Amino acid sequence: MAAMQRYSIFSLLRGALSGHRDWEPAWRAPEPKPSYDVVIVGGGGHGLATAYYLARNHGIANVAVLERGWIGGGNTGRNTTIVRSNYLLPENQRFYEHSLKLWEGLSRDLNYNVMFSPRGVINVFHTDAQRDYWLRRHNGMRYAGIDAELLTRADLARLVPALNLSPDIRHPIIGGVMQPRGGVARHDAVAWGYARAADALGVDIIQDCEVTGIDVEGGRVTRLQTSRGPIGAGRVGLAVAGHSSRLAEMAGVRLPIETHLLTATVSEPVKPFIDTVVSIAATHAYVSQTDKGEVLIGGSLDGYNSWSQRGSPARLEDILASASEYFPRVSRLRQLRHWAGVMDMSMDGSPIIAKLPVEGLAMTGGWCYGGFKATPASGWCLAWTLANDAPHTLNAPFSLERFRTGAVLDENGAGPVAWGH
Amino acid sequence: MLLIPCPFCGARDETEFAYGGDAGVERPTDPEAATDEAWTDYLCFHDNPKGPHRELWFHRDGCRRWLEVERDTWTHELGAVRLSRP
Repeated sequence: MAAMQRYSIFSLLRGALSGHRDWEPAWRAPEPKPSYDVVIVGGGGHGLATAYYLARNHGIANVAVLERGWIGGGNTGRNTTIVRSNYLLPENQRFYEHSLKLWEGLSRDLNYNVMFSPRGVINVFHTDAQRDYWLRRHNGMRYAGIDAELLTRADLARLVPALNLSPDIRHPIIGGVMQPRGGVARHDAVAWGYARAADALGVDIIQDCEVTGIDVEGGRVTRLQTSRGPIGAGRVGLAVAGHSSRLAEMAGVRLPIETHLLTATVSEPVKPFIDTVVSIAATHAYVSQTDKGEVLIGGSLDGYNSWSQRGSPARLEDILASASEYFPRVSRLRQLRHWAGVMDMSMDGSPIIAKLPVEGLAMTGGWCYGGFKATPASGWCLAWTLANDAPHTLNAPFSLERFRTGAVLDENGAGPVAWGH
Repeated sequence: MLLIPCPFCGARDETEFAYGGDAGVERPTDPEAATDEAWTDYLCFHDNPKGPHRELWFHRDGCRRWLEVERDTWTHELGAVRLSRP
């Protein structure tokens, strides 16, 4: 394994002087070995982060990451890139705050610019009841030592000049809350950065390698059947949110997860006019502007089980109508593309980062809408769980057993309806 | 966009309907006697196939009947639609 070529202003200058022709590939393309200590299924952000922390924090480097397509080509590339830790339940607060702290040092840690931009995440509300809900949630955050602020209409006018604060619209905005340390990151860079850093520590990243079966002998996972032949594994971590129930089923495990679609869309690029993330409670659309200038808009679920990765035009119309109402200038923008990610919707709206009832098998999944921001802590916790054969305090509450014991983590109080969270 | 052929109202847009999930889920007939295991299975552990799925839809903005619909969750192809038995 060659030492990783470190990126810096000097390496960039050297690259510029030699016409950018001598950059090394960011990671190798190894043939799979017959077996590994740990095999991670899923080469998205979560799986790559798991491999990286296994090698860095636990000294377990005989690790493979198997990716069906290519690195960053799955749900890692289909999210709306938002990072925040504005939760009410203490278990969620601790976990997502740990994640946010990892985000804050991630570019330096990986020697890769993930373009984390803590530009503030704003939620606006329209009724007294919504204000009370958001105040309670953000007071809970302050109580836990997480940054949270209440915004008046005057604050909103100052922070988001493009926002429609007219009192004459259908659901006028009466105020908002903000987590200033929240923001966005470059989703592809997160996958690439983790891949490069994990590879440098000796992890084999194997792309174009689909897992077709999980061999279990005597209650213990032994081997993965893949499109590139069988690969032995001491332990296996699943990081395939969207497809968690299919992979778990291969090992005979049933999950409290249903797969749903979440639509997002980006416009043609325009000059910067919004430098925060704004989420609108009335219609559940969230709007930000990418570094390329595209207006990125996400919404709520299509509402019925689907693996199609094609969003419903009905939902697209909803989120565009919503964005146009609150950011009127968006109505004149052409939409460049829209897509839908497949979501692992869990029955309480919270993830599962846990050992499964097969020895040596653990997973991170059930991410509902919220997987991107969790990427560092999800990998950090799954790595711990695989290395110690037991969960860390941070992810112990996110067990599979909680659905049977009743210790569910239902942030919204929506009940066991997968599409209700 | 789904066009769901309601037996009463004819083919209608998906936006008229509310989704009701896996039609194979059976509520324990005597909840008091059901084990925690059986109750959790009923509440939380449902089929999640990538392919044919038998599911419930409520014609909210139409005849307000519950329908049982066969739909492929991968292609969105609709199969048989009938009234759901209460």
